[in-house]
Amino acid sequence: MDLVTEITILVLAAFVGFEVISKVPTTLHTPLMSQTNAIHGIVVLGGLIVVGFADAPLDYIIGFIAIVFGTINIVGGFMVTDRMLEMFGGRKQKPKEEESPDGEESG
Amino acid sequence: MSAPALAALAPDSAPVGLLYILSFSLFIYGVRLGTHPTTARRGNGIAAVGMAIAVATTLALQGIGNWGIIIGGLVVGTVIGVVASRRVQMTEMPQMVALYNGLGGGAIALIAWAEYRHWIVEGFAVPADEMVPTLLAMVVGSISFWGSNVAFGKLQELIPSQPLKVPGQQIVNALLLGGLIVGCVYLGASADNGTLNETIFIVMLVAAALLGTLVVLPIGGADMPVVISLLNAFTGLSAAAAGIALNNTALIVAGTLVGSSGTILTLEMATAMNRSVGNILFAGFGSPPESAGGGGEDRPYRSMNAQDAAIQLAYADSVVVVPGYGLAVAQAQHAVKEMADALEAKGVNVNYAIHPVAGRMPGHMNVLLAEADVPYEQLKEMEEINPELPQTDVCVVIGANDVTNPAAKTDESSPIYGMPIIEVDEAQQVLVLKRSMSPGFAGIDNDLFYHPKTAMVFGDAKQTVSDIVAELGDL
Repeated sequence: MDLVTEITILVLAAFVGFEVISKVPTTLHTPLMSQTNAIHGIVVLGGLIVVGFADAPLDYIIGFIAIVFGTINIVGGFMVTDRMLEMFGGRKQKPKEEESPDGEESG
Repeated sequence: MSAPALAALAPDSAPVGLLYILSFSLFIYGVRLGTHPTTARRGNGIAAVGMAIAVATTLALQGIGNWGIIIGGLVVGTVIGVVASRRVQMTEMPQMVALYNGLGGGAIALIAWAEYRHWIVEGFAVPADEMVPTLLAMVVGSISFWGSNVAFGKLQELIPSQPLKVPGQQIVNALLLGGLIVGCVYLGASADNGTLNETIFIVMLVAAALLGTLVVLPIGGADMPVVISLLNAFTGLSAAAAGIALNNTALIVAGTLVGSSGTILTLEMATAMNRSVGNILFAGFGSPPESAGGGGEDRPYRSMNAQDAAIQLAYADSVVVVPGYGLAVAQAQHAVKEMADALEAKGVNVNYAIHPVAGRMPGHMNVLLAEADVPYEQLKEMEEINPELPQTDVCVVIGANDVTNPAAKTDESSPIYGMPIIEVDEAQQVLVLKRSMSPGFAGIDNDLFYHPKTAMVFGDAKQTVSDIVAELGDL
């Protein structure tokens, strides 16, 4: 993909982001922040690619730490957001939720 | 280790591109559902599904190896993430978000470093359109990692949360920033002839770490919501830069989405405090307490015990609770809800006034009160509640300070002058629950405490509210 295409995607995504996120009410800003926080954990893809194609010991170590960091970011971020939003969603008095909202273990 | 059979998708093939499009569409849809409390939880789940698709797609790429390290990393990360998110208290949410944000930034910086090392090993010329985004991702990711860690340390009170001022810190920061820009230009320009220099790269990684630490260290705890939000935007943008370097659309779109979100929240909070983002980052706000309202040390004020406070509340028609960070610190949200229930049982109308920057995160109070099962409809935003305050019998200020300070409206010399506040002083009676008369986080004296219609109820917020609940039961 050439650079201009990538910048095009980036600019369009920025407009979509501004449009969607301006509609989130202040009340939900903490979960929003926590959820977008989880979404940037997508950098774990970079870690997977780096480790997947690496062949030097230091790269293994760097990549391993990157994958651990990214995975904590994703799993922790989505789960904590879920805990918060569970409290917002009306009066449903559920027992402890067991389903984890992430599919990370699929590796 | 050999790759499993599923690892068969060519990196630039159409299926990979389509799966990434599906994944980022789910992110956007997930955030879109976050606009309403009843759908937000489903939205979060949908975004998580998008993430799972993106990860699975990447794992299925042709040629991916080193499965032991990959699976090990995923498992370790998942275990830590699950345990940490189960254990964290709702009051600790701001530092949790800061920590996760830092981890994301750290991952980006490390990935950029590994990518750079990969080029050195390969020994071929790196095009500038991959080199520049990689350098950006490294610098911004490293700033975000260390800045977030400092923010975490301050919120967790591992390091002093007061604003710190060191002479010459602006100059040091400017030199670091200048050095980083020079380094980026040098490495970017030298990329073409294959003279890659890892030492300079690592020096830059360290310089960015120092810059992130030094910029956040002087900022007071009360301004942390803005800092966390800004660092969140930074991490998002560095993820997008990494996406450009790795030619990965899912990373570009997801990173930009986070960048937009962080930017919007940062600007909204700055507006709510009537300050510019630059002022928040560089002014070391709150350090000059002597400049703020009223000189007299021992001005007269009225104090009241829990019993009298309970009587005053019980005979009111309408009560508005104004929560602040003190409520979070005292974990008083459940006690407050009990108080509201007791009052409602006596026919008192109870609402909550939420200032946009109350607490240490935007919407922090909403999360705490939602945890205590306070109905969503009773949480009023500042613009909504202010016109109703003159008709309100009693305002109960619990652990909030600066967001109620009338000096923001009247005293031009006050550091918070111009910040929109919850106009508690308009109500008929005010009860302020506070530990002592000491000024709040920003170190600004609050005229509200000395107002004739204000009564101070001293003590730990949770204990005081519980005492009031007990007294209400006896009435």
